[in-house]
Amino acid sequence: MTILVIFRIAFRALARNKMRSALTMLGIVIGVSAVIAMVSIGQGAQASVQEQIANVGTNLLFVGAGSQNVGGVRSGTGASQSNRLTVEDIEAIRREIPTVAMASPTVNTRAQLIFGNQNWNTQVQGVNEQFPQIKKWDVASGEFFTEGDVRTAARVIVLGQTVAESLYPGTDPVGQTVRVRELPFRVIGVMKAKGQDAGGRDQDDTAFAPFTAVQKKLLSITYVQFAHVSAISPEATYSAQEQITELLRQRHKLAPNEENDFFVRNLTDVAEAADATNKIMTYLLASVALVSLLVGGIGIMNIMLVSVTERTREIGIRMAVGARSSAVRTQFLIESIVLSLTGGAIGILFGIVVSFAIPMMFGWRTLISLFAIVGSVLFSVVVGVLFGYYPAHKAAGLDPIDALRYE
Amino acid sequence: MQLVEEADAKTIESTVEKASGRATGTEPVIKLDHIHKIYRMGDIEVHALRGVSLAIRQGEFVAVMGVSGSGKSTMMNIIGCLDQPTRGGYILDGHDVSKLSKDDRADIRNRKIGFVFQGFNLLSRTSAIENVELPMLYAGIGTAERRRRAQEALESVGLAGRENNHPNQLSGGQQQRVAIARSLVNHPTIILADEPTGALDSRTSVEVMEIFQRLNRERSITLLLVTHEHDIAEYAQRVVIFRDGKIRSDEPVLHRRDAAEELKTLPVLDDDDDDD
Repeated sequence: MTILVIFRIAFRALARNKMRSALTMLGIVIGVSAVIAMVSIGQGAQASVQEQIANVGTNLLFVGAGSQNVGGVRSGTGASQSNRLTVEDIEAIRREIPTVAMASPTVNTRAQLIFGNQNWNTQVQGVNEQFPQIKKWDVASGEFFTEGDVRTAARVIVLGQTVAESLYPGTDPVGQTVRVRELPFRVIGVMKAKGQDAGGRDQDDTAFAPFTAVQKKLLSITYVQFAHVSAISPEATYSAQEQITELLRQRHKLAPNEENDFFVRNLTDVAEAADATNKIMTYLLASVALVSLLVGGIGIMNIMLVSVTERTREIGIRMAVGARSSAVRTQFLIESIVLSLTGGAIGILFGIVVSFAIPMMFGWRTLISLFAIVGSVLFSVVVGVLFGYYPAHKAAGLDPIDALRYE
Repeated sequence: MQLVEEADAKTIESTVEKASGRATGTEPVIKLDHIHKIYRMGDIEVHALRGVSLAIRQGEFVAVMGVSGSGKSTMMNIIGCLDQPTRGGYILDGHDVSKLSKDDRADIRNRKIGFVFQGFNLLSRTSAIENVELPMLYAGIGTAERRRRAQEALESVGLAGRENNHPNQLSGGQQQRVAIARSLVNHPTIILADEPTGALDSRTSVEVMEIFQRLNRERSITLLLVTHEHDIAEYAQRVVIFRDGKIRSDEPVLHRRDAAEELKTLPVLDDDDDDD
């Protein structure tokens, strides 16, 4: 009595009742394909977040004035302390820290931009000429302002795509003059479209001017609010973060027990946080799908139990002609494993098809995970054995006399 | 199969009677010695068999009769190794089989006993030849050998050409013949037929008895037939009548019927060719 023969017996028994076998498998098919599809959605989301962050620039560090207390008591740019970040601080960061490649002082203000009869309220960001390189963001037409423009606080402006389209529908704004808070600025360029950020904000709804011009002409201040800093490599961001903190504490003459009056945010941290959120989402989706796989397994047990009762006479016949209990048990166990494995295989195919269909239907990105495939195959075998064992045991325990008499 | 052979070796040693007379037809192939069977149903004890002793020789055709509750079914279950006696000895083909394990009994059934039932008990949605192959499947016989022997068995019961028919495509008589072929296929020591004609009309019954008589005569297969019809019992050589868990009478059949002769005189309304 080889296992191969029992395999054949089990296959024949399943083939004898194709409809029921197919319906039993359906539970596992749905379970496995759900796991694969859910995990691929989760992984796809993870991949696109990672890509978005890489797009922002993983070398990017963000320095701001005011303390940022994670506890939430004091965060952002407090009023009185906000002037503690100076142009010289940023210069020092750029000059003295070897892991820092570039730095741009940043001052932001919301302003009404007017051209002819069009007007648009947007955020005007005062930065320096290194900003496009730091943010990996180029101009689409015209050019970005130069170091000379920054030094002379020239009234030049580079528009984001959204602003350009709103103020100059259908025409090229380069060379035109736009009024910012009643002051004329010459448009020298338009930035490439960047799209939405991870938070869903339109990154193109902005305009850039030399920070000196924004300081003097729009805000009448001498300090800066933020700085965009670029480290020499993604790995260098951590040491750059430490060194900037150290340098600024020193420059601000803070005693060891005093809190920072600035914050340095490493965007790699942000990336990791987003990544972690997505991982949790993936696990959540996968566990919901696993529950459906479990339900599929219970379905198999249910059908196998019904099958054992319904086939009591068959079991009796098999025992009468010499099947040992172990042969009957193995037959039913194999039947349930075959059901769950076949269901698993179909589920994998179906899951992959769904994973390909989702991007076409919803535009979500999916990433098929080998881990999910291997995992769900293993899980279906376990389900087959686990939920098949009890019915198989019940079949093997039947008394041949009673089984033969069963109507 | 290894296990059984070991078990056999042990039982040979403990067997009082040596299995030497099998070929001569004088030594019994079945020897029941004061068999008792007591069922316990809650607090009530049911004494189904009260000391049955019976010897059946190789090549005998024995009919067992008795009303329901007489103990004949219990005895058939014990002889068929489907059940075990509470007390008493049972020697089958020279081996003590009264105290075997469940698995060993399964192996004994597989190799030494063929069953024919009233309700045919064929696997549904399974072709005739696959039904006949079933005992050989559990005996671990290879595919080609299985096919050959199943084919042969089906031919010997007159079902050549019906190999691929499923039970629902066969008449009752044909189904019973498939069951007989299945019982033959492992060359058993004995065939137990439990009311094999109970579900058949009279002509088909005679046809089935003709097969049994022919197998008994030509191959000297030992047959034990349970029936409650006197005229069916008269096809056997010997009739054992049970009553209240004991053998009431055990006598040879004086005017034995010959099914083959009777078939010649019976009108031919052969429904066996109808595939409905």
